[in-house]
Parts: sequence; structure tokens; C-alpha cells
Amino acid sequence: MSSPPGRRARLSSPGTSRLSSEAREELRRRLKDLIEGNRVMIFSKSYCPHSAKVKELFSSLGVEYYILELDQVDDGINVQEVLTEISNQKTVPNIFVNKVHVGGCDRTFQAHRSGLLQKLLHEDSANDYDLIVIGGGSGGLSCAKEAAKFGKKVMVLDFVVPSPQGSSWGLGGTCVNVGCIPKKLMHQAALLGQALQDSRKYGWEYNKQVKHNWETMTEAIQNHISSLNWSYRLKLREKGVAYINAYGEFVEPSKIKATNKKGQETFYTASTFVIATGERPRYLGIQGDKEYCITSDDLFSLPHCPGRTLVVGASYVGLECAGFLAGLGLDVTVMVRSVLLRGFDQEMAEKVGSYLEKEGIKFQRKFTPVLIQQMERGSPGVLRVVAKSTEGPETIEGVYNTVLLAVGRESCTRKIGLEKIGVKINEKSGKIPVNDMEQTNVPHVYAVGDILEGKPELTPVAIQAGKLLARRLFGGSLEKCDYINIPTTVFTPLEYGCCGLSEEKAIEVYKKENLEVYHNLFWPLEWTVTGRDNNTCYAKIICNKFDNERVVGFHLLGPNAGEITQGFAVAMKCGLTKQLLNDTIGIHPTCSEVFTTLEITKSSGLDITQKGC
Amino acid sequence: MAAMAAALRGPVARFRSRTRAWTRGTRGAANAVGAGQQQQQQQQSFDLLVIGGGSGGLACAKEAAQLGKKVAVADYVEPSPRGTRWGLGGTCVNVGCIPKKLMHQAALLGGMIKDAHHYGWEVTLPIQHSWKKMAEAVQNHVKSLNWGHRVQLQDRKVKYFNIKASFVNEHMVQGVDKGGKVTLLSADHIVIATGGRPRYPTQIKGAMEYGVTSDDIFWLKESPGKTLVVGASYVALECAGFLTGIGLDTTVMMRSIPLRGFDQQMSSLVTEHMESHGTRFLKGCVPSLIQKLPTGQLQVTWEDHASGKEDTGTFDTVLWAIGRVPETRNLNLEKAGVNVNPENQKIVVDAQEATSVPHIFAIGDVAEGRPELTPTAIKAGKLLAQRLFGKSSALMDYSNVPTTVFTPLEYGCVGLSEEEAVALHGQEHVEVYHAYYKPLEFTVTDRDASQCYIKMVCLREPPQLVLGLHFLGPNAGEVTQGFALGIKCGASYAQVMQTVGIHPTCSEEVVKLHISKRSGLEPTVTGC
Repeated sequence: MSSPPGRRARLSSPGTSRLSSEAREELRRRLKDLIEGNRVMIFSKSYCPHSAKVKELFSSLGVEYYILELDQVDDGINVQEVLTEISNQKTVPNIFVNKVHVGGCDRTFQAHRSGLLQKLLHEDSANDYDLIVIGGGSGGLSCAKEAAKFGKKVMVLDFVVPSPQGSSWGLGGTCVNVGCIPKKLMHQAALLGQALQDSRKYGWEYNKQVKHNWETMTEAIQNHISSLNWSYRLKLREKGVAYINAYGEFVEPSKIKATNKKGQETFYTASTFVIATGERPRYLGIQGDKEYCITSDDLFSLPHCPGRTLVVGASYVGLECAGFLAGLGLDVTVMVRSVLLRGFDQEMAEKVGSYLEKEGIKFQRKFTPVLIQQMERGSPGVLRVVAKSTEGPETIEGVYNTVLLAVGRESCTRKIGLEKIGVKINEKSGKIPVNDMEQTNVPHVYAVGDILEGKPELTPVAIQAGKLLARRLFGGSLEKCDYINIPTTVFTPLEYGCCGLSEEKAIEVYKKENLEVYHNLFWPLEWTVTGRDNNTCYAKIICNKFDNERVVGFHLLGPNAGEITQGFAVAMKCGLTKQLLNDTIGIHPTCSEVFTTLEITKSSGLDITQKGC
Repeated sequence: MAAMAAALRGPVARFRSRTRAWTRGTRGAANAVGAGQQQQQQQQSFDLLVIGGGSGGLACAKEAAQLGKKVAVADYVEPSPRGTRWGLGGTCVNVGCIPKKLMHQAALLGGMIKDAHHYGWEVTLPIQHSWKKMAEAVQNHVKSLNWGHRVQLQDRKVKYFNIKASFVNEHMVQGVDKGGKVTLLSADHIVIATGGRPRYPTQIKGAMEYGVTSDDIFWLKESPGKTLVVGASYVALECAGFLTGIGLDTTVMMRSIPLRGFDQQMSSLVTEHMESHGTRFLKGCVPSLIQKLPTGQLQVTWEDHASGKEDTGTFDTVLWAIGRVPETRNLNLEKAGVNVNPENQKIVVDAQEATSVPHIFAIGDVAEGRPELTPTAIKAGKLLAQRLFGKSSALMDYSNVPTTVFTPLEYGCVGLSEEEAVALHGQEHVEVYHAYYKPLEFTVTDRDASQCYIKMVCLREPPQLVLGLHFLGPNAGEVTQGFALGIKCGASYAQVMQTVGIHPTCSEEVVKLHISKRSGLEPTVTGC
């Protein structure tokens, strides 16, 4: 053991020392000068393997250090003795960073893991910035702003490469510009369409002719987004974070090149980097796709109504878009290669799908497009789509005004110079593997958000991870981002909220016989008057029988599922059990109260359909 | 057996009307009653008799029947002074939660129609609202629920009597039906679940004659027109809210504070929001006289306490919402020896829901000190039946009951109000996190979100146990439920903060609360 933490070395008293007190003072001054004069000072022995490890660490961090090899200087024994007095540590390596005694090998690595080392290193950096964040989306911005709170010098680089259709946008990333925000607002527009229909049943009377104007809606939504872009810039400025609208690319371990719209290049250095470049929609790589198809990058700012639309893909993006387009009165078809909402509970996914079908959306399952042709130009034009069965030679053709691809997203990690500094990515997915501290294989480079391998692609997750990362890096915090039991909601016309495991995953983890699934169909009170179906909304919880019926999965298909699920996620964080659900009083009359009265287990096979009048 | 004997000594002989013999339920009653009578009086006996077919009573009865017991429910709706009557199911179904939430929904839809054009929907003016159409739809739904309750009782073999019940002695109840026919029912256990009815200010001249209450409003065939709502209970504010929402000229007259018993900061935000959305408020005013004008309208005279002056106004409808009285006066409780609190006439109960008579119980709004809420009555009724008939010994937990006031901007809450928390733990030991937020959907329509506000009341000592949550905003009812569970699970502020939000929702603002009142910092949420 080179540095047993906490072990107190016996202090030599002057009387027993081989040094005169004068010589001792002189040596002490010399060592102090070394410690104070070097950003990183390592007292080491050339043969010590632990010392070698520490040197490697600092090399990998790209940090310069000064070494005194005790076995290679004449008064090495005396140095060790005085060092013991200074640091209370007798062994080597003995490391000081920015005048602070870090400890030995173990302590140094521990400090590195906890972020303390980085913090110490940044106290007096020769770099331009303490932190450079590449990507101004939810995760990047939250990390940058939090770091700035600790008085750090922070820069954010954000640059939107226009989509193949030419769509581009401002600061804030996917969520604000081409994700959560515009989709929820278009979802709301569709819900209002439903509300208009419902309202007549509730006594409202007005002209039957109600049309939807795409341009009015889009303009209103884009105005809101612009105001958000603006407020993000303002907030960065308020917090003293430097913002550059330029494309960031690593050129050296601690140096990046920023290229702006005009092609001007600038270089910046930082001691720590956070990659938060997010993802962009994937294309199919078939003839005509980049020329004629749009993606979610384009839809929300489309200057004209998309008309008859084919949505390719049944990811949540695909289904949400299909849902609101149909809700606005458009003719919508969804082409699905295999399953709906991959990764989500499949029983729920099918229920989401059948509701969409009820809303008039057509599904073409087990087909994938092979060719897109333009038949007419225009706004929108006319496109011919040829698709091939995934199971046989069968092909089908269709004519649409718009083809929206929602076939997945690609990480923006391949063109930012990661290979130059040795940051590993998953070659297949482009995702970046990180440890539980969001650290990449290169210690001073971190990553948050959608580009993380095996982590949920959700705004609030990125925000949380970014914030906690900054706190660990600069605030001495040890709290890690907890990626377990993260709630989410698919904003299809009938919303699907969930938290925890899908039934499939739960069976995989706990085995079917150890689980009890409680479920019920329910009829929202507001639907009664409008005569909407009484066996559509569905609630399901999955409990671990051998852990006090702890709830390991929560699933809800119904109005306002997003609003409902949040509180249950808090409860799951606190160890929610079936008994606690039973003991909790419902709020009447709401949809959410259904969870306080779930009595029927799936295994019982009992009927859960609700009777009509 | 002693109890049985007591039952037989009852003064049943007075009643002469006939009832059909109940095959299993005679228990020798014929002997006792028949002697010396011209017409034989049949008595039916049960394991459990529930008086009152509302949420609590029905839940209790059905649960007991499911446990194999012989159960009867006696329900009777005394028409309101205005003559409104309804079917089985009690307040919630007929003149409470259900119709009010539906009319609240009608009002919300009105707001959505206004919002719709911002979202591209081209709705041609004028937009009108037909009370008649709405009321009919709501009433039809209520009637279907009445039917459903009847069917459920039948399915579970619970005997239903549409009779007005009162105690004969501690084991026997007599019931009179619409035609004056009398039935005698005896039972080992009796549950009183008669609920409450709106209070009339009988001291005010014209109040009974011209005013209506929540017993009537949902059953009006024609629009109430320009309405004065007197009172500031949640019933008053909810009614005033939806009336305003469907386009009626609505005024609330309140004597003192709104939503007594609720967090007062939240309560004033509720009324502030209503005021900004067109409900008029006459604060510190008390009505003194209602007169009918030759036009058919009502002239209301009131006193303004602040100025001491008298004022008058003309309305089409005056709605009293000044509280509710428990339905205990006609039960002849003294014959059974059941004690009520003389101040409020509510039945005094213990943790087992037992009254002063061990085999007589009371649940729901009629029981003293219980929250007047449907789901608490249901749960209490169920648990009571389970305890009575041996399925469980679990007591009803009346703490941390969540509820929501369905005013136009909904107010959901669970746990302690800020005032209660401070009173209980002291200002120094309470930390309140709060935020003003803007729902995403409001941005496009530029709706005013000044009253969208959340506060979480916590203990100050780490890990800062959550004592109460208060949420004012759209869908508060839906939002609050899950958090109620969180609080039940003993959630701490730290745990709430560790929960990842669902974006973009209003409920995620709860897990983002980070400004404490103590810090004095601006609690307005801006952006993501």
C-alpha cells in the first residue's frame, strides 16, 4: 500500500532527526516552493508502481505535472521525513494539486472519480475556460448554467446544421425547437379539435363549419419557440456563460475548433468538456428520401399544411405526429416495419395503436418504403411511395402529399473530432458509453443527453444529468443521476404515461410467477356525456409479489396521462406498494383515482370491461 | 339475544300499514307485533342495515353483501324546498361531484373554444351556450348512474328500500315510503350514512321561498340566468365558476374568507383567478332580504359590513351555498341512544366509526370530524364492513386525504396547509418551496397564468419530509393524486427532487420546486 488513507505517520521530533533544525527549515522551504510553484506536484519513487499509475492519470488528463523522484535525489530520505511533517503522509506517491494536498495514489483516483481533482485543477487553469459545452440543448444548457453558478468560466457552442429540407432553428436543442414543445402544442391543437366536437354535447352552439388553419397554428407555435430561443440566450448572458453560434470540433485533448456560419474558425481551450450534441432524425437511405421526405426537424415549421400524410415509423415520434395530424383533420397513414413503440410495454403500445385506428389513422404493418418519387411539385406536392413487405415479395404503392420519416435518430458524435482525442463511441449506434458519472473514457470529457449509450432520450433526464454533473465537477457534490424509474408520456391523442418496467421487461427481470399485474379499463367522467367509448382507457400496475407487492411498473392510457403519471413517479421513488395504493384516498371524480381502486389481477382472468347504461 | 329482546319491545304496534313478508327475515317479529293488532305487521331482519344510499352507505352495503351477509339499504330523498328530487346514489352522484364536474367540464370547453382559434381552428361567431342541452345531458348521465346503483345492489343481493327511515329502538328502524306505507327493519348492525343537505339561512326573509341550493341547480330545466351565489365554500366557488364559464352573469357574496379550512394563500389565488375571469365578488357582505319583483326577478338586499351601508341588486337566481346540515334530525336517534354533537348535529364516532351505541355506526358526511368527501366515505364504508364481518381489522386512515376544488383554475391539495404546518411544527421548522409557473398550453393563447402556483410544505430538517402539497392549475385533480401517494409513502423533499419530470407538463413543476419562501427569491419559473 503506497498511501493508506488516514494512517498517521509518527512525526519525527527535531531531537531524533538526522537533520539540524536549520537544515530542516531550509528543506521545508524548498519543498513548499515546489508545492506552490507547480500546478501538480508529485513526490514519487521511480520504481513505485502506484506512482506510475498517478503519472499516467495526469498524462491522460492532459495536465502537466512536476515530479520529484525521492530515490533519485541525495536527500530523498530527509525529503520524505519533512513531507511527512507537511502532509501527515509518509508514503509516496504524495500528490499536491494547486497547493492542496490530495494524498496518495488511491486518494488521487478517488478525487478524480468524485470530480474533486478536476475542481482542484481548475482553480488555476491556463485554459480559456473551465468548461466548454458542445451543444446548446436541454442537457448542455442546464450543465453550463449550473457550472456558471459555481463561478466557473463556461462556454456553450451550439450550431444547427440545416436539415436536408433546409430547416434550421435557434438555441435550445431538439426539445424546444423540433421536439417536446412544438409537438405538445400541436397535440394541444388536436385536443382542442376534439374539445370542439365535445363542446356541442355540453350545450355549446355555433356554426357547424369549423376548419383548421395550419399556418395560423404554426405561426403561433413558432412565435413561442422564438421567444424561448431568445430567453435561453438571455439566461446564458445573465449567468455569464459565453455563447457562440458555431460548430464545435475537438482538435486536441483540451482544444476545440469553433466554425461559424461564415466558415470562420476560432480555437478555444478548456480543462473540462461536456458533449451534449444530441441526435438528428435518421433517413432510410432509399431513392428520394432526402430530396422529398420531411422529418420531425421540418414538420413543426412547415409553411404549408402537409395534407395527406404518410408517416413512416411507429416510434413515439411517429405516432405522436400521426396522432395530431389526424386530429387536425388530415388523412394519415402510418407505415410500420415491425412493432409499435419499441421498448414500451407492448400491450399498451397496441392499445395506443388501436385508439389511433379508431381516430381514423390507417396502419400499413410489416411494410417498409423502397422508393419515393415526386409526381407534382407544390406546397405540398404529390409523392408516390413504393413499399415492400418485410415478409415477402409483395409491394404496395401510395400517393401522398407529405411523407414524414420517423425511423429513429442518429447521434451527432461522428463529426466532432472525438477520434482525435480518443473518446470512444459505439461504432454501430454512434452513442457514447459513459460511467455512472457521465464520464467518457477520456477523463476530462463528459457527455449528457440523447447521445449516451443505454440511457433514456428525454429532456428532463438530460437536464437532471447536466445539472448534477456540474454540481459534481464544480460544487463538490457526490450526487449521481438516477436513471431508474424515469417517468415518461407518449402524447398520442389518448396519452400514454408510464414509469418503471414494461410488463415484458418485468417478466424478464422478475419472472412471471413472481409478479402480480392489476389492471382495469375505465371511463373518464367527461367521456360519458359525449358518448365516447367506455372501454378504451386502461390502467395497469405491475407488482413484485415477493417484495411486499412493490410497484415496479406503472402504465396509464387515458386523458392527461402526462399530468397524472408524475406524482406516481414520485411515489415509486419512495417505494410505492399495492397496499399503499389501496390505503390512499382517491380524488373524485378524476381519472387518476382509478389507481386507488385496482382490484382485478390479470392472472385471475376476470372481466374488466365497463358496463354501459 | 338481549339486543333482540330490546328490538321486540319497540313500539312497533302503532304502525298499521302492510308490508310484504320477507321470507327469511321474520325472526319471530310477527308474534311480538301481531298480538292485539288488526293487521299483522311484518318485520324483516338483517345482518346489516344501512340507512342512506349514498357513496358511503352503498359501499358498505355492497362489501358486506359480498362477505355473504344479509344486507338492506334504506334510501329516501326528501325533495328540496324547491321540489327537486333524485334517485339512488346520494349527494355525489345526484347533486354533487358528478354533475358539478360535468358542468365544470362544460365551462372548460367554453374556454377551449375561445383558445381554439389561436391554435388554428376557425370557429365562426357567435358562440352560444344552451343550458337546457347541457343540463339534459348531465341529468341523463346521472339517471344512468342511479340505475347502475340499483342494478349493483340487486346483483349483490342487497335489499333496497326506498323508504324514509327512523329509529324505533337500537335495533329496529321503521321506514315510510312515498305512499305512507310503513316497513319495519331490524338488524344486528346498523350503519347511518344519511349525509347532509344544504343549509338555508331561514332567518332571511324570502330565502327559502325564492332561493335555490346545490340540490336544485343541477336539475334546473332552464338557465339560472344572472345568479347570485351566497357563500364562499368550495360548493359556492365551484358553482360560481362554472356558471361564469358558460357565460352567465355571476356574483359571489361572501361574509368573510373563501374556502375556510383550506390553505388561505391558495384560497385567495382561487378567488383572484375567478375575479379576473369575470366572476364578481361582493366581499364582507351579508344578505338580509330577498323579494320577488313583478318581472319575476329577485331583488336582494344586503349589508356591506365594511361601510355599514345597505345595497340592493337584481338577479334571476339566488343560490345558497353557506354550508350543509347533517341529516340526523329525522332519524329519531334518541330512541336508539345515538349521541350527536349538539352544536352541529353530527354523529359522534370513534376510530371504528362506532357511535355511542356499539352496534350502530356512522360514516360519511354525517359523522363528526370526517372529511366530507365521496372517496373517504366509500373507503370508510368498505373497511367498516370488512371489520364487522371479519375480513380485516384495518381502520380507516383519515390523514393525508387528497382533494381538489374544481374551480375554473383547479386547486388540488393533500396534507397540511401552510397555516396548519406552522401551527403544528412552528415557523422555524417549516420550509415552504413554491413557484409561479406558466402552463405550456397557455403560451400560444397568451392566457394569463398569474395564479398558476404550486407550493410544497416541508419540514425544515433534512431530509425535509413533505407535509403538504398545494397545486393551483389546469388538471389539478389529476396531478394531485400521485403526489398524495408520494406523501403516503413518506416522501421527502429530496426524493421529490430526485424524481425526473415529465416534459412538458404542469405536474413536472412540482419536481422542479427549488425556491423556498424563506429565501425571499422570486418564485417565477421561466423557461425549461
